[in-house]
Parts: sequence; C-alpha cells; structure tokens
Amino acid sequence: MNNKYQPALFWFAVLNAVTTFLLIGLGGLVTSHEAGMSVPDWPTTYGYNMFVFPLDKWVGGIFYEHSHRLLASAVGLLTTILAVWLWLKDSRKWIQWLGITAFLLVIVQGILGGLRVRWILDWLGVPHGAVAQAFLVLCCAIALFTSRWWQKSETEKQISVPRGLRSHVLFVTLLIFVQLLIAATMRHQHAGLAINDFPLAHGQLWPATTPEAIADYNAHRPVGTIGNPITAFQVSLQMVHRLVAYAIFLGIVAAAMLARKKLGGDDALAKFAWFWLALLTLQIGLGAWTVWSNKAADVTTLHVMVGASALLVGALWWLMAARRASLTEAMK
Amino acid sequence: MRKNILILTLTAFGVLQMASAGDITGVINFKGAAPAEKELTPIKDDPNCAAMYPGAAPQTKFYVVSANGELADVIVSLKGIPGKSIGASAATATLDQKGALYTPQIIAIQTGQKLVVKNSDPVVHNVHTKPTANPESNQVQMQGGADLNYTFDKPEMFLKFQCDVHPWMFAWVSVFDHPFFAVSGADGKFAIKNVPPGKYTLEAMHRKLGTQTAEIEVKGDGAVQGFTFEKK
Repeated sequence: MNNKYQPALFWFAVLNAVTTFLLIGLGGLVTSHEAGMSVPDWPTTYGYNMFVFPLDKWVGGIFYEHSHRLLASAVGLLTTILAVWLWLKDSRKWIQWLGITAFLLVIVQGILGGLRVRWILDWLGVPHGAVAQAFLVLCCAIALFTSRWWQKSETEKQISVPRGLRSHVLFVTLLIFVQLLIAATMRHQHAGLAINDFPLAHGQLWPATTPEAIADYNAHRPVGTIGNPITAFQVSLQMVHRLVAYAIFLGIVAAAMLARKKLGGDDALAKFAWFWLALLTLQIGLGAWTVWSNKAADVTTLHVMVGASALLVGALWWLMAARRASLTEAMK
Repeated sequence: MRKNILILTLTAFGVLQMASAGDITGVINFKGAAPAEKELTPIKDDPNCAAMYPGAAPQTKFYVVSANGELADVIVSLKGIPGKSIGASAATATLDQKGALYTPQIIAIQTGQKLVVKNSDPVVHNVHTKPTANPESNQVQMQGGADLNYTFDKPEMFLKFQCDVHPWMFAWVSVFDHPFFAVSGADGKFAIKNVPPGKYTLEAMHRKLGTQTAEIEVKGDGAVQGFTFEKK
C-alpha cells in the first residue's frame, strides 16, 4: 500500500465522477419530462428484471426513467469498485472511509429513488435530488484527492489563500446547495412554472399572493399547461429562488475579485474563480431561458446541470484552497 | 309482524318519493369565441403513438364548445346533500385509453361506485391517480392487459388520472357521495334524475372556467336551470 499518485485509480475516480454528473443530467430529464412515475414498479421495470427490459418498450416517459435506473446501477457498480480499490490500494485511512461513505451514500440514494416510486411520494424527490448533489461533490472530491496535483502539491510552493476568502467561498458554496434544495422543491411540486415571466414576476416586481391573485394566475396560464394549479407557496418559492440567485451571483463576483486581488491574476485559483463567475452568469441566463421557454425540458435540465457544476466548482475551489492553506501552515 | 309493517311503510314511502321526484335539466352555454386549444405535438415524438395519428396530432380538450356555443364537460350537482351515495349499486363507469388519450376526459361517479380503466391501445400505459382526498395509486397496464378497477371512498372534485409514459394523457374524475349530479354532453345538455322535491343549490363546475351556482326549487315535474360560462 502507498499514497503515491496512482493514475489508474485517479482516472477511475474521474470516470465515476463524470458518470455521476451524467446521471444527474438524466435525473433532471426524468423530472423535466414528468416521467418519474412512468415506471410504477421498482426494482423491477414493468415486471421485468430491469437489466433485460425489452428495448421496444423504452418509449415515452419510460425511456427516461428506465435509462436513469440503468445508469444509476452503473454508478452504483463503479462506486463499489472505487470504494474497494481505495480500501485496498490507498494508505490514507480518511480517504478509505470516504470511499466507504460514497458506497453507503449511493445505496441510500438508490433506495430513496426506489421508495419515491414505490411509496408514490413526490416530496421524496427533494432529498433524492439533494443527496445526488452531495454525492457528486463527494465523487469529485475523491477524484481530486487521488489526483497527481493533490499528492504532489506538498513539494511545490503555494500561495496561501486567506482564511477570509476561503470562508467566503465556503459560504457561497453552501448557499448554492441551499439554492439547489429550493430548486428541487420547486421541481417536485410538478406545477409547471409558478411565475411565467422574467425579469418581472406576473408583471410586478414582487407578485401578489392573495387568493384572488393566485386564481387569476391560474386562469391565465399558457394554453396547454397541464401541471397542477399553482399556489401562493410556489410563487413565493420561485421569488426566493430568484433572490438567492442574485445573492449567489454577487457572492461569486466578490470571490473572483478578492481572489484576483489576494492571489494575483495568474494564480490558478483566481482563474478558477473567474470561471465560476462565468458559470454562474450562464446559469442565470439559463434560469431566464427556462422561464421564457415555459420550462422546456432540455433547457430546464441544462439549468439543473449547470447548477450542479456551480456547486461543484465552489466545493473544489474551497478544497484546493484548504489544501494550500494546510501545506503553507505545515511549512511554517 | 310489526317489522313487516315498518318495511312496507318505508318501501311505500320510497316509491312515493320516487314517484314525486323530478329531473333537473338544462343547457350549459359558452359566451364568446371558444378559446384556442393547443396541439398535442409530443404525440408525434413517440413513434408508437404517432402511428395512431397519420395526420395532424390531436388537440387539448380544455374547452369543448359546440358550433352553437354549448359547453360540454361541465359537472352539475346539488350542493350540501352528503351521505346519500348509492354508488355500490350504481352501474360501472368506464375510462378508456384509446389513441393515447383518455376517453372521456371528464366523468363523475359516486363514492363506492366501480370505475373500470381499460387500455384499448397497442402501447403500454401507467395509470397514475393524483387525488387530494383519496389514496394515490400508480399501476402498470400493458397493451392488452387486464382492466384496472377503482373505487373511491371520499368525495373530491377533478381527481386527476394521468399517464406518465405519455405525459399529455389526463382524465379528471369527480367523486360525489350522492347520486345527484351530471356531466354536460357535447350539446351542452345535462339531466340530474329523480331529485326529490325541495329547494336546492345547483352548482355547475368547469375545470378551467370555474364555478357557478343557482338556487332552484324542484317540484313534481322537475326543474330547468341553465348556466352560461365565459373566459375572463
């Protein structure tokens, strides 16, 4: 056993992380197409063992849900192999336990997804979405910890990242996670768009949520809207989602400017912070497009994936900054 | 002996009630031009469903208005007379899945009344109920599969049936705990049968156009009451 850089292990961890990211995208498509309940049974699919479900029956909503289940099984398998590999071949106890944590989390996630179907509980989709995001961060963190950069950085001189900047990035990252929880709650209301205009909201800066106003919004939804009627809670939730988005944007602008000031424009973490800002700008654009497209499935799913990427960049930035800080401390 | 007399008396009372009961009839009209419907284009994305529609895709049926302005799919019922369901002995109601659409889209039944859901399509469906008062369910129905049977214990309006395989497929089932309701037909007409004489509040409810009420009195020859809806 050793803790030297092991390319095969690292690339396997990357494969697991990328597959997990794709799984989140596919999960996003399932919800965007309202296909979560299109396969009423679990772990079977229409009575078949899911691995031999006939191809000619992969139609409509079944295509998304069944593909999601198969890709989830692949992620489960990859994560199991990764946990065993880390346990056997990496000497760092903490990363061995991270592998075990990932293994347990992927099992919990699979059961959550199954119970959401078996128990017909919409709200279980929210923790299912939240665990998915947390699991993605964990898988990417494992890939980072097994990377050459992480293990060789002890020998390289690093510019330390001030504690204040690290705390700021951690706060913004946690805020993004909260934002993803809000988004998951919105999506699992299955009510379509609670507010169908942007940047205004029902033609106002802050929409009225009186019973009369809600009745009026429902009466004037676009023709063809077939989701549940919207409620005052859903309108308020979308407004909170918008406000938190603006707060995150400002937080990342501050992070990028601070990183440039404290670390210099050429520093990798400063560049990474600007990439984060670009990603968030794209994300806000996609949020607007989601509204303007009346929640088109592909646009909404892209919004989900870029949201996951924004969380991921914040988490990885913070981990790399923390690594630098610990190395700088060790050299003192 | 005394028991037999009581049964005879009650039966006679019931027969007399029936004999003096009348029908509430009327026509539902729609004021203005019928609102535009939306083409169900996703049907064309599914090859199995597209094959059932070689021409244009069908449209939503949110506002079924005849050329003369009569409005279908309005549920007309008496308000405030709970606990009189005879659903267990009522005729079985049927929902069919045909052409990847529910037929009919709007129906009304009583609590305890049997509702059969058929699959006449050459494709698989899932039948997912989305109630607010009754338990939710989600069942597989393969092509050529056995009919699915439902009964509901609690009254509720517009209990949604949906297919998640084909996300444009919906039906709305209203459940009453009495037999005094009707759904307006393509000609806008409705008839609530055998209503005992008395004063009632008659309610007309359209899923998209809202609710209207009228105070009526039913006499031996029944009552006539119409409603006119418009999209505001």
